[in-house]
Amino acid sequence: MNSFSYTRAADVAAAVREVAADGAAFIAGGTNLIDLMKENVSKPSRLVDITRLPLNRIEELADGGLRLGALVTNSDTAYHALVERRYPILSRAILAGASAQLRNMATNGGNLLQRTRCYYFYDVATPCNKRDPGAGCSAINGFNRIHAILGTSDQCIAVHPSDMCVALAALEAVIHVTGKDGDRTIPFAEFHRLPGDTPQIDTNLAKDEIITSIDLPAKGFADHYAYLKVRDRASYAFALVSVAAALDMDGDTIRETRLALGGVAHKPWRNPDAEAMLNGITATRDHFEAVAETIVRGAHGFGHNTFKIELARRAVIRALQHAVRMGKSA
Amino acid sequence: MDSAPTNRVATGAPTGLPPTSTITLVINGKPTKLDLAPWTTLLDALREYAHLTGTKKGCDHGQCGACTVLVDGRRINSCLTLAIMKDGASVTTIEGLAENGVLHPLQQAFLDHDAFQCGYCTPGQICSAIGLMHEGRAHTSDEIRELMSGNICRCGAYVNIVAAIEQVMEAAKGSVKP
Repeated sequence: MNSFSYTRAADVAAAVREVAADGAAFIAGGTNLIDLMKENVSKPSRLVDITRLPLNRIEELADGGLRLGALVTNSDTAYHALVERRYPILSRAILAGASAQLRNMATNGGNLLQRTRCYYFYDVATPCNKRDPGAGCSAINGFNRIHAILGTSDQCIAVHPSDMCVALAALEAVIHVTGKDGDRTIPFAEFHRLPGDTPQIDTNLAKDEIITSIDLPAKGFADHYAYLKVRDRASYAFALVSVAAALDMDGDTIRETRLALGGVAHKPWRNPDAEAMLNGITATRDHFEAVAETIVRGAHGFGHNTFKIELARRAVIRALQHAVRMGKSA
Repeated sequence: MDSAPTNRVATGAPTGLPPTSTITLVINGKPTKLDLAPWTTLLDALREYAHLTGTKKGCDHGQCGACTVLVDGRRINSCLTLAIMKDGASVTTIEGLAENGVLHPLQQAFLDHDAFQCGYCTPGQICSAIGLMHEGRAHTSDEIRELMSGNICRCGAYVNIVAAIEQVMEAAKGSVKP
């Protein structure tokens, strides 16, 4: 780890001011950043501790939504009574990730900002365009079992590792941020980026901006949802493929579909055209197969990860079936 | 011989390192002042500065759980925690569990069930299990296994670890004091 100086931010304005300095970075839960610092992947010269800022509450919104403070831990979010009741897909997704200890430390804002677990990004002895732009990508022709099949570029095939973000994508959460020029909101779909030719930039958050909350719209899809995570171990492993499926149903007829995939792309993956195929449709396997085919149509494997194309196709169908059935067996 | 750690980062030292800070941790009920660099993890603070070596360094990357301690009653990985960020917090380690020479029920249960072989993961397993019981989310053996998945045991004592935790949960009906 490189040497760094440390300061504790007194308020949001001070935090934004402090982090604007060269080499400065925020630290909250630290579960990803400290690990990256130990590996010399991240080398901030100054850490701005934001853990004592008043962004640690979960509050109901006037429009029926729910505001998740950026500094609420993943555990407190997953186990919050209103999240469990109204947004169970989010609770399930969070609890599918990491370990109990890590979820006790990790914050909601930090979960969005965690970096890929690409082996080569972590190994400073190998070239990586995300870590060192222009150096080359070791994964494209290397061992790429965990890598992306959708939205890749010839610069980077890393995946975003979060489970929580897959559910937030399906729920169409809105990110509230504060910067030196004031506040703004970012729709979830526009928060994370595809790698393109700037894989070093994971999100559209500016360096001197801080996430203050993640707002959930009123619609929580609590009656018909599934979070299906496929991984190499039964617990405590990143997703090979995960699917958040949320349905609004009237009897057997689907009114609205939300589908987000994890483990397949540089950001939680959605395909609005595929989702729209189910509008007004009776929920049957044939329809789900067509949706799954549409989602993987443009997918491309790199050898070790090519199995993910068929895995994603099947996981979409399975997740949709689970989401439909849960209402009937309740 | 006095083996207290020396402060090697005095102002103006040729290393150019930033100054240390004095923080207070309430470790196992005892307020403890420590003079630390900002990058000192809670794990290293406990082992190297507070000389409490019961908490183990396994992977040092948050993957094995050997470093699990309770901070303000919640289980965390001390290897991924900067000590300076926990200034003022209460920390409970394996050394703080026995009371008046009587083992904590989980310590006793680990003995009763032969829930370890080499013992390296055991302090983390026990602190994690206390955290698990505080959280009150595990009601079946499957749920114990899921919520203990952050603690790896390379000797493979998992079956007996789950049995030890189940015994204490049953006896305490899920309300064990640390």
